[in-house]
Formats: sequence, structure tokens, C-alpha cells
Amino acid sequence: MFIPCDRGGDSAAPDFKGFTLLMPAVSVGNVGQLAIDLVISTLDMTKVGYFYTDCLVPMVGNNPYATAEENSTELSINAEVYSLPSKKLVVLQIRSPFIKNKYRPFCETLLSWVKSSKCARVVLLSSSHAYQRDDEQLLGTPLRYLLTPDLEKAVGGCMKELNWKEMEKVAAYPGISDTDKVLHIPGGGITKLLFTESCSEGIQMAVLLKFCSEGDNIPDAFVLVNYLNEWLQLIKSEVNPSSQWKIPSSWRLLFGNGLPPALF
Amino acid sequence: VLLCQCSCYVAEDQQFQWLEKVFGSMQKKGLQVTILSTCPVADYKTQESTLTLVSPFLKALKTKEFQEPVCCPLLEQPNIVRDLPAAVLSYCQVWQIPAVLYQCYTDVIKLDTVTIEAFKPLLSSKVLKSLAKDASESTKILKKFLTTSETHNNIYI
Repeated sequence: MFIPCDRGGDSAAPDFKGFTLLMPAVSVGNVGQLAIDLVISTLDMTKVGYFYTDCLVPMVGNNPYATAEENSTELSINAEVYSLPSKKLVVLQIRSPFIKNKYRPFCETLLSWVKSSKCARVVLLSSSHAYQRDDEQLLGTPLRYLLTPDLEKAVGGCMKELNWKEMEKVAAYPGISDTDKVLHIPGGGITKLLFTESCSEGIQMAVLLKFCSEGDNIPDAFVLVNYLNEWLQLIKSEVNPSSQWKIPSSWRLLFGNGLPPALF
Repeated sequence: VLLCQCSCYVAEDQQFQWLEKVFGSMQKKGLQVTILSTCPVADYKTQESTLTLVSPFLKALKTKEFQEPVCCPLLEQPNIVRDLPAAVLSYCQVWQIPAVLYQCYTDVIKLDTVTIEAFKPLLSSKVLKSLAKDASESTKILKKFLTTSETHNNIYI
């Protein structure tokens, strides 16, 4: 559940009415989470609360977006909420994997919070296994989108103008010709569950995802965040939009420590 | 002062319930929490290689409400803490309880005096000062505790 950082008599609880909630799915390559890190770091968003839940593996560390000695000692936990009222943007960052059997309880808690805080819409950044693509998907853009029916009415036209590709449905039983088509997002974590639940509960949700594989997923994160920016225009997308995003200090040493000199 | 010793492994899907059980029956007003933990030095992320680091060493993490001085440097990014110590510290951060975690990075698996001595600076901290009878005697007392278990560490018996 959402717990605000500042709880005092004089400070009002943050108001997210009409805001866009941006959040990641814990998915292949952690691309959604990396993209969210870029958004929070670049827009210098303020932490406004925690999403305290028993559905995620616990972890703590010091401020991952620290820019100087002074702001480096603030403790961060596994799920936190950041806000930028000037852009009516609220961001939930998730930093650890889901505990077994906790997908559904988390989805329920999250959607219940979305409804009670009256967020206008939810944008979920996710990814899917590149090796599961079919022949057609191997060609062209690796980026896809999905809209719940309620959001389709509002922004469906915008996606067409942007020339975006909707995530294809696949045959429920591959190989059998006249079978139902279903949504299949391998490696997407809670993406499919959250999307289908949002559809049935009338929540305006968009899913933006990229086909990728595990490895150095920083380039994938940049591609996904630029894709998001085409629509939401969070930063000015000039000639080279990738150079506008600020890499957080916590992205250091992603692939291990320095080498021992004795190795050579 | 309440001492809670957790000597068994608490699985990730039980950590939340463990917290609720332990903290549920405690008064939060005026509460201060100190967490002591160890972990392998190989997990420590740094620009140099961990082989050149002098271990064991202590690093700390504290909640926003914890105002007292810590006995060692704070844990720098990109290092993180997991498992039960992280669960306890998260709980304290969210519910605004002053808490500090002292994590000892060590390169030995078995209990030894050197690793335990890394925690010695804590004996002079405000919270634990009243508990420790005489810190100067600590090395002697530690040796006494551990000689009894050392014979079991010999793999040739």
C-alpha cells in the first residue's frame, strides 16, 4: 500500500488526481525498471512515498539517484513513488523481484490504489523475450504497445499517428489453424495479468514493451524510454534524444568489480 | 534493551510475517533499532577488486529518523542489502522508526574472533555503551567463547 514520506499534521497527503502513473514490470532484462530509472533521474523527481508490500523481495540501499555527497545518504527501499506535479506525472519504481504466488495480490493492491488515488491512466513499461518472436515479428521494430479499451477511445488515434505497432495476439494452440487468438507476453512478468485486469476493471492502461534478451540492457532501456517520450513528451526530443537522458549514479559497476591485478 | 537473535534462515516469503510478529507486539514510540549482520566481501561492489580490500570491514545504512552518529562509513551505491536485515530496515524506514544497520563484510564462512571484533566500535555507541561491561576485556572474552567451538572446525577429526 502507498505510504507517504511526509506524515505530519501540516503536510497534506500527495494528490495524484488526474496524474499519469508510470511504472515498470519486472521483466526480461529489467528494461522497464532501467527506463524508469532514466525518467526519475533525468526529471529529478521527488520521492513522495513508499509502496509497502509483502509481494516483493526486500532490499535497501542508499539513494540511487544521488548527485552529490549531501543527497547520497537517503535510504531507499524496494518500491517507491516519485512525483512531478508540473507534468502531472507520478512514477512507481520497483527494485526487486516478485515473491512466488504474489503476482495477483500485487495487481489487486496496485489497481485498488490507482482507483482510490484517481490517477487518470497507467503506463506500464515492459519487455518480452526476443527469442519467442515469430517470423513476422523478427522484421521491423522491436517495440510494441497495448491499450485497454478505455484508453483506446482516448488515445487510439495518437498511436496511429505515431505509426506504432500493436502487440500481436498469437494462436492459443500453435500449429492449429482455426483457434482463438490470445495475448502472450513471455518474459513480461506481471504485464499480461495487470493488463487483463485493467481491461476488465475499466482502467485506462497502456503497455509499452520491447523485445529483448538478457545481457547489457542499457541500450534497450534507452530505446524504450525514447519510445515513451514520443508519446508523453517528457523531455524535448531533439536530434539525439538519447543524450538528454541522465544515467543515475547507481548504474555503476553493473557487470562486477574491478579486476584483481594478480590475474595478470 | 531488547535483544533479538535470529539464528535460522528466514525465507523471503516469510520475512514480512516475521516482521509483523516481532514488531507487532512492540511499542513503536521511542523505539530505536540496531541491526547487526554479516555478508561475504565478494558481494561488495567497488571500483577495485575485492581481493585488495582489507576485510572484515563494517558499513552502515540508516533510516531517515536515525539522527545519531554511526560508527563506520555508510554503504555506498551501488551496494544494496537483502534478506531479513533489509526487511527490518525497510519496515523502520516506512514507519519512521530510527534504525541503523551495521553490515560486516567478511571473507570467512565460519565464526571467528576477527569478524566479531569488526563490530567492536559499536560497543562505544550511545545505545550499546550501557550494555557492555568493559570493552577492553572484549578480546579476552571473545577468545574464551570461540576456543570451545574451534575444535569442531578441524576437518581431520
